[in-house]
Amino acid sequence: MCQTCGCGAVEGYAIDRIPAVSASADDEGAAPGTPTHTHDHDHRHVPVHVSLLDKNDRIAESNRRRFEAKGVVVVSIASSPGAGKTALIERTLHDMAGTFEAGVIVGDLATDNDARRLARTQAPVVQITTGTVCHLDADMIANAIKRFDLDALDLLIVENVGNLVCPAAYDLGEDARVVLMSVTEGEDKPAKYPTMFQRADAVVITKTDMAEAAHFDRDAALAYIRRVAPDAELIELSSLTGEGMESWRHYLDQRLKAR
Amino acid sequence: MHEVSLMATAVEVAEMHAREAGGTRIRVMRVRIGAASGVVREALEFAFDAVTVGTMAEGAVFDVQVVPTLCYCSDCSEEFTPASVFRECPTCGSFTADVLQGMEIELASLEVT
Ligand SMILES: Nc1nc2c(ncn2[C@@H]2O[C@H](COP(=O)(O)OP(=O)(O)OP(=O)(O)O)[C@@H](O)[C@H]2O)c(=O)[nH]1
Ligand SMILES: [Mg+2]
Ligand SMILES: [Zn+2]
Ligand SMILES: [Zn+2]
Repeated sequence: MCQTCGCGAVEGYAIDRIPAVSASADDEGAAPGTPTHTHDHDHRHVPVHVSLLDKNDRIAESNRRRFEAKGVVVVSIASSPGAGKTALIERTLHDMAGTFEAGVIVGDLATDNDARRLARTQAPVVQITTGTVCHLDADMIANAIKRFDLDALDLLIVENVGNLVCPAAYDLGEDARVVLMSVTEGEDKPAKYPTMFQRADAVVITKTDMAEAAHFDRDAALAYIRRVAPDAELIELSSLTGEGMESWRHYLDQRLKAR
Repeated sequence: MHEVSLMATAVEVAEMHAREAGGTRIRVMRVRIGAASGVVREALEFAFDAVTVGTMAEGAVFDVQVVPTLCYCSDCSEEFTPASVFRECPTCGSFTADVLQGMEIELASLEVT
C-alpha cells in the first residue's frame, strides 16, 4: 500500500461504499454549526470553496498550453500493473520509427527497468521514480519535460504508474488518456475501477494473443466497457503478435493530424 | 486513493484561510466530496485524524458532505442520479459520460476561533 495516498485501503472500504454514499446524500448543506459542534461566541465562519486538486489542475493546464505551443501530442497510458503498457509503447516506437518523433516519460515506484527497455528503441526516455507515490502528477510532468527538446517531438507518451485507482484524479495536461486492460485480468475491470475508465478517451484490450488460454469473454468485456465508458474509443491488440496494432496506429495518427 | 495527500492539502489550505481570518484554531472543517470523485469518505475521515495532529485543525469536527452524482442524458435531455457505477438513463436506458455534478473534491468552509 502506498503511504502517501493509502490506496491499499480503498478496496477494503469499497465494499460498503454504496450504502454509505446514498445514506449521506441528504446531509446536503449542513448548516454552520453541525449537531456535534458546540457554539462559541468567537466563532467565525470562513467560506473557502477551493478544489483540493486545484494546484495540480493549474500545473496541468500550464503543461497543456506548453504542449500546444510546441505542437506535441501527449498521450498518457494507465493500467493495472503488468497489463502491457511498456510492451505497447515499445512496439509502437519500433513500428513507427522514422514516421514521427516520439518521446516517452515513464513512471514507476522504483527501478528504471522500463526506461531501459524503452531506451533501446532510440527514443528519448525520461524515467520518473515516484518512491511511495502511486501516481504521476502534473508537477512531475512539468519537471520531466524540461529534459526533452519539445520542438523536436511530435508525440510524447506518458506511462503512468501501474495503478487503476489514483492516476484517475490527476490531470497531467495530456491530450488523451488511454486505459489498458489485458485479457488475463478479468472482464469486469471497468466496473471495479469505474473512475479510471470513465475518464478514458480510449480503452485498449491488450494481450489478445492470450485470450483463448485465459477464457476471455470478449462480449462481456465489451459490454462492461461500453456501459462505463460509452464514448471511449475501443481498441483490441497484442503487442506480442502485432494483431490490432493498425487500429492503435490509426488512433494515434488521428491525434497527430488534429494538431 | 490518495486520501492522505488530499487531506494534507486540505489542512494546509485550511490553516492558511484560518490565519487570514485571524483565527488560531479550526473548530469545524467542511469538505464536499462528489460521489463519483473516487474519494472514499471513510478513508478521508481516517486520514483527517492522522493528518491534523499538531495542526490548527487538531480535534476539529470534520464534516463530509457527499455530493450525489448527477448525469445528463443527451438522448432524452434527462438529468438523473445513476443507480450504480453504470450511468444508465432511467428513462431511455442509454449510457452517458456527461456528469454534471459529483466529481467535487473541495474544501468548502471552516469555523475558526
Ligand atoms: N502474451 C503477451 N504478453 C504480453 C503482451 N504485452 C505484454 N506482455 C507481457 O506482460 C508482462 C508485463 O508487460 P509490461 O509491458 O511490462 O507491463 P506494464 O503495464 O508496463 O507493467 P508495469 O509498468 O510494471 O505496470 C511482460 O511479461 C510482457 O512480456 C502481449 O501483447 N501478449
Ligand atoms: Mg511498465
Ligand atoms: Zn494510491
Ligand atoms: Zn435518456
